Amino acid sequence: MTPWRGTGWGERAGTSATEDPSLRLMPSPHLHAQDSTARIMWTVVATLVPVVLASVWFFGLGVLLVIGAAMAGTMITERAFGPGGALRDGSAAITGLLLGLTLPPGFPLWMAFLGGAFGIGFGKLIFGGLGMNIFNPALLGRAFLQAAFPISITTWPAVRTGGEWLTLRGDLLAPPFMGAGEVDVVTQATPLGLWKFEGEIAGVWDLLIGSTGGSLGETSALLILLGGVYLAAKNYLNWRIPVGIFATVAGFSVLFRLIDPTFPGPLFMIFSGGLVLGAVYMATDMVTSPITNGGAWIFAFGIGMLVVLIRGWGGLPEGVMYAILIMNALVPFIERITQPRVFGTEPKAKQAEGAA
Amino acid sequence: MSTGTGRNGGRRGLAGLSELLFGPSFRHGVHPPDSKSLTAALPIRRMPFPDEVVLPLRQHTGKPSRAIVQVGDRVERGDVVGVADGYVSVPVHASASGTVTDVGWWPHPDGSMDTAVRIQVDRFAPQLPRPRIVPHWEGLSADEVRRAVQDAGVVGLGGAAFPTHVKLNPPADQTIELLLINGAECEPYLTSDHRVMVEHPDRVHFGIRIMMQCLGVDRAVIGVEKNKPDAIARLRETIPADLDVEVIGLTVKYPQGAEKMLIKAVTGREVPSGKLPMHVGAVVQNVSSIAAIAEVFETGYPLIERIVTVTGPGVRKPQNLVVPVGTKLRDVLEFCGGLAPDATEIIFGGPMMGTPQPNLDVPLMKGTSGVVVLTESESARPQVMPCISCGRCLAACPVFLNPSRLGQLAQLADFERMAEEYRLNDCMLCGSCSYVCPSNIPLSQMFALGKSGLRRVQQLAKEKEAEKAREEAARTAADESPDKVQVVA
Repeated sequence: MTPWRGTGWGERAGTSATEDPSLRLMPSPHLHAQDSTARIMWTVVATLVPVVLASVWFFGLGVLLVIGAAMAGTMITERAFGPGGALRDGSAAITGLLLGLTLPPGFPLWMAFLGGAFGIGFGKLIFGGLGMNIFNPALLGRAFLQAAFPISITTWPAVRTGGEWLTLRGDLLAPPFMGAGEVDVVTQATPLGLWKFEGEIAGVWDLLIGSTGGSLGETSALLILLGGVYLAAKNYLNWRIPVGIFATVAGFSVLFRLIDPTFPGPLFMIFSGGLVLGAVYMATDMVTSPITNGGAWIFAFGIGMLVVLIRGWGGLPEGVMYAILIMNALVPFIERITQPRVFGTEPKAKQAEGAA
Repeated sequence: MSTGTGRNGGRRGLAGLSELLFGPSFRHGVHPPDSKSLTAALPIRRMPFPDEVVLPLRQHTGKPSRAIVQVGDRVERGDVVGVADGYVSVPVHASASGTVTDVGWWPHPDGSMDTAVRIQVDRFAPQLPRPRIVPHWEGLSADEVRRAVQDAGVVGLGGAAFPTHVKLNPPADQTIELLLINGAECEPYLTSDHRVMVEHPDRVHFGIRIMMQCLGVDRAVIGVEKNKPDAIARLRETIPADLDVEVIGLTVKYPQGAEKMLIKAVTGREVPSGKLPMHVGAVVQNVSSIAAIAEVFETGYPLIERIVTVTGPGVRKPQNLVVPVGTKLRDVLEFCGGLAPDATEIIFGGPMMGTPQPNLDVPLMKGTSGVVVLTESESARPQVMPCISCGRCLAACPVFLNPSRLGQLAQLADFERMAEEYRLNDCMLCGSCSYVCPSNIPLSQMFALGKSGLRRVQQLAKEKEAEKAREEAARTAADESPDKVQVVA
C-alpha cells in the first residue's frame, strides 16, 4: 500500500517514476547531528581504558577484578531493575568503571559489587533512571562504601614492585560479611594521608605519573587529563568545570600558602588524591552538573573551595567526593539563578535596575 | 569596499577573531552539512507545463484569498483566480491557461485539506499572459508601488510567504534606515536563491532600487553566506554605480538566514524580544522576493512561477527549476527522473524547517523554495533517550533559550510556565536544538505544540474570565433588583 493513495485524492495511479516510496512523516528538523547519548557514554568509557591500564601497571591484574566487580554491581542492577535495553546506553558501565577507579586496589570484591548496586539502585533508578538523578551515582556508591566499610576503603596496598602481576593483594577475595583486614598486606599511605598525618609532601612528578599509593584511578593524573582534553575537544564534557575546579583549588592553596608556608603548593593539591579524576570525570557528569555555562563556573568554584576546606581542616585526608556530592545537591538552584539572557532582552541586572 | 569587520565598532575577543576569519554572524547556531553541491552549479531550467495546476487560496501568511472563478471558466495565464481578502492578503493568479475544473478541497502542503482552484491546462495554449501595461516605477508613489506589489501577489519567497507589500509599509513613526537583502540561504540542500544571485544579479539590484525608493532608504546590504563565493562576486561586480549597495559574506552557520540573526550579523543589533525588524530600523527581504518584484516591474506579470530546488539523494536528477505555481509534486518529481528506490522523506522547504509531504498530489506553492528528498541514511535518527542535561541545546539555540528545561515543562504540559519563565514565545522553531540533541528529543516539535497549547490555555482562561464577569454582572443585577432573579437564571 502506498500511503498517499489511501486518501482518495490521488486520481492517477503512481507511475513507474514515483511508485511506492514508503514515505515517512517526521516533524522538522529532518536532519540530525551524527551523535547520540550512547556514543557519548561509550566514548567516556573508552577514554578511561588507558587509566585502567595504568592502574594495572601499578597495582597488578587484581585491579581488573575490583573494577569488574563494581561494574557487575552497576550493570546487573541496571539490567534487573532499570528499563529494558538500558545497558546499551553505557551509563551503568561508566558508573561502575568510575566507582571501581575510586576504590583501593585490594578492596574486597563483594563490597565493590555492593557499592555498584547501591550507586545505581539508590543513586539513579530510585530517582527515575537516566537523566533524573541528583547525585553522581558512582560517588553515591562510594559514599555508601565509605560509611559501611571505613577500614577496607582506606587500606591502600603499596604500588607493585617487580613482577607480582598476578598477586592478589589485600582482601580481594574476602567472603561477604566476614570482616576485613585479616590478610597481611604491604600498605602505603596516600600522598594526602602523608601530608595530613605526617606532614610530608610527595613530588609532583610522582603524582603526575601515578607511582604513589591511592585508589585505582587516583594514580595517573596525566592519562586522566589526556582523556579529559579529548572529551572536551569532542564537546563531550564542559571544560569549564575541570578548569574552574583546578583554578579554584590552585588559587586557594596559593592563598593559604602565603598565610601558612607548610600548606602544600597548588600542584600538589591538584595532582594528589582524587581531584583530577573527580574534576574531569565525576564533576562533569552531565546529568548532575549545571546545564548553563555560568552555572558550570559557580559549580566548579564551589567544588574547588570545598575540596581545599575539607583537605585542610576536615577530619578526612580527601574531600573530593563530598565536595562534588554537596555541589550536586545545589545544581537545581544554580541553574535557576544562571538562566541565559534571551536574545533581544535586557540583561537581568538591567531589568532589575529598570524596575527599581 | 569594506567586508563586515569593524562594523559597529568591531567585536572584541573570540567573537572578533571569528568575525575576521569567517565573516560576521550571530552567537550559537549549528553546522549541518550544507549538501548544496548537488545543485549549486546547475543553471536554472524551465519545467514544461503540467497537465493540471492546483492553486490553493491559502499560499501566504494572513487571510486566504477569495476565489472569483467558477467551474468551467476559461482562464489565461496571469489572470486573477482569487482576490486579496483584506490588507494582509494577496491575490492568486492562474499559472497556466486552461479551464477551471474544480474549486474545492485539495491536500495542502501543510498537511491539511484546503480550498484550491484546479485548472486543466490547455495543451495547445501559447501560455503567453495577456499583454500588460508595465508601470514605470520611477513615476510611482510608495503607495502605488505597494499596490502594484500586492496586485502581483508577491510574498516572501524564503518560505514564510508573508505578503511583501505589508513589509514595505512600516508605520509612520518608524524610521527605516536599512534595506537588508537575505541571500544567506542557510538551509542545507537549497540553492534556488544562490542561482538567482548568480544568474540574475541585475534583477536583484533592480528590485533593490525599487524597494529603496519605496521605503525611502539610501542604503542596502545583501547578506550572503560565504559558501556562495560566486554569488558574492557576481553581485559585487554588478552593483550599479549610483546605488549604495554592499554585499557582505556571512559565516556559514544555521540559522544565518533567520531575520533576527541576519540583522544581528550585519548591524550588531538585537531585535527586541517580541518586536519586528523595523524596530531597529531594518526591513528584510529575501533575495528571490526582490528578484520577483523586479520581474513584476520589468514585465508586468504577477507571481505565477518560482524557482525551486528539487534535490536530495532520493531524487534521480536534482536540478534548479522554474516551476509554475500550483504544479503538483508528482509532476515535478517525474520531470526530475522520479524517486530513487530508497527515498524515505519528501520535504517542502529545507530539511531543517520544511514540512514533510505524505502525498504526491500536493501542489508547490509560492513559498515552496525547495523539494528535498532524503533517503534512510540522512533521515535516520538515533533512538529517543532521556535528557542527560548535556547542554548542547543551550549552546545551539540562537535566541539563548533553555530548550532542555522547556522540554521538561512541555512534557508536564506546563505551557504557561514555558512562556512566562522560559520565554517560549521567543522560540522561532528553527530546530537547532532538535538537530544537536544526542538523545534525539523532538524539542522543536514539543515547542510548536507548546505554542499552540499556550494559545488554547489562554483562550480558555479568557473564556473563563468572561464567564465570571457575566456571572458577576448577573449577580449585581440580581442584587439590585431581586425580582428579576428568575430572568437572569
